[in-house]
Amino acid sequence: MKAALELIGKYILLMKMVFSRPEKARIFWKQFFIDAERLVLDSIPIVAVISIFIGGVIVIQTAYNIENPFIPKMYVGYMARESLVLEFCSTMIALILAGKVGSNISSEIGSMRITEQIDAMEMMGINSSSYLILPKLAATSLFNPLLMLMSFMLGLVGGGLIVIITGVVTFYDYTTGLQYAFRGYYIFYSMVKMSIFSFIITSVSAFYGYYASGGSLGVGKSSTKAIVVSSVSILVANLIITQLMLN
Amino acid sequence: MIRTVNLSKKFGDLNVLNNISIDFKPGNCSLIIGASGSGKTVLLKSIVGLHEPDEGEVWYNDSLYNQLDFKKKKEIRKEIGMLFQGGALFDFATVEENVMFPMNFFTQWSREEKLERVNFCLKRVNLINANKLYPNEISGGMQKRVGIARAIALNPKYLFCDEPNSGLDPTTAILIDQLIYEITKEYNITTIVNTHDMNSVMEIGDQVGFIHKGHLVWEGDKNNILSSDNKELNNFVFASNMAKRMRDMMSEHKQ
Repeated sequence: MKAALELIGKYILLMKMVFSRPEKARIFWKQFFIDAERLVLDSIPIVAVISIFIGGVIVIQTAYNIENPFIPKMYVGYMARESLVLEFCSTMIALILAGKVGSNISSEIGSMRITEQIDAMEMMGINSSSYLILPKLAATSLFNPLLMLMSFMLGLVGGGLIVIITGVVTFYDYTTGLQYAFRGYYIFYSMVKMSIFSFIITSVSAFYGYYASGGSLGVGKSSTKAIVVSSVSILVANLIITQLMLN
Repeated sequence: MIRTVNLSKKFGDLNVLNNISIDFKPGNCSLIIGASGSGKTVLLKSIVGLHEPDEGEVWYNDSLYNQLDFKKKKEIRKEIGMLFQGGALFDFATVEENVMFPMNFFTQWSREEKLERVNFCLKRVNLINANKLYPNEISGGMQKRVGIARAIALNPKYLFCDEPNSGLDPTTAILIDQLIYEITKEYNITTIVNTHDMNSVMEIGDQVGFIHKGHLVWEGDKNNILSSDNKELNNFVFASNMAKRMRDMMSEHKQ
């Protein structure tokens, strides 16, 4: 318990340092766009592939689970849309990004720590935590919700492709279901979730990387811890945000 | 001038530094020597503030450095150049960008002015035509030179070098030593070098402090280190067979 509290305290102190004013706005923006490219744009292919396939799988599973002839077939499209927007495109994608982006951030910063690059920055009088972490936090929290939107669209496309290929329901039923009882608030809810999840992934991974020790083995351990802790934190945050925003 | 007063540092139950009091003068190449694990690096890192000492004081001229707040400490850090044992060059940046890095943060110079300064620093460390290479594309000796160029980029008042010769061949090691010595004299810098290389001691040791198990057990310079009667220091200095033979030859010659 004491160790957990110490860890949380250390995390809060690091975040305090991270959110201090950047040394130079120009350097911050330059790093912001570099990180946006590396952490968000580079994640597009994996998110796209997974979204298309999961969209297809959701449609097949839903179609085969609706056996009652009194339930309209358009509910396949409706349920696929709701599953994607409410849970899959934010939570599932966040868990995938926790693995991909989280390990990337943690190992990059961890390697810099053990090779004394962070010490070198500190010795120059640079706030290393702000320089290394703040642009990543800003880039992922701001742009990952757009990644979530893209995932949603591609999930629907994936479902549509499966409908065309397998004919589990007609394309007309599917598209009618997609338009049925649409609530824009769910998109907003999902984008907010994604933004918060991105903050968790980036800050937790950066935290474990920043305090990595013990050579390359230590960097590996910190990456694993970063993924585990951010994944669990995402699940807890998901519960809290859902209760707050959908209740 | 840098001064430590009764500096102590513990890691768990292990006393790594015990009441270290020593002065480092401007324009002098001061060497901290000692065996591996004796506490040299901890002392250096405590002086620059990368480790918080448990007890004692670190003074930079009239400022009690280890009691300063973050902002004031940062102002002093801008006057410090540091060469790390492994070079600590930024992997993501070229040689040129590494040297330019502190300039980007702390100067309002134009890109041309910065480039001019970068080229001056690289030329000063005898490194030309390497501007666009990345750290993993250059040798260990070149990395050390880039480290020195980066350390002197903003004309520091204080230069710290943590084992600058580790992993280098004897010829390159001597060149790096000479470079540190020349820069110290040229810019009247307070330079502190951590080393266990006796060649360095004999080349550049204006002032030498010997650390043994966390205690400062001997202070002197390169001229009197060989004639010291301190037992721990003699065990360290004459550890190699070659050094022992030379000592025996010297004493035979005297007789």
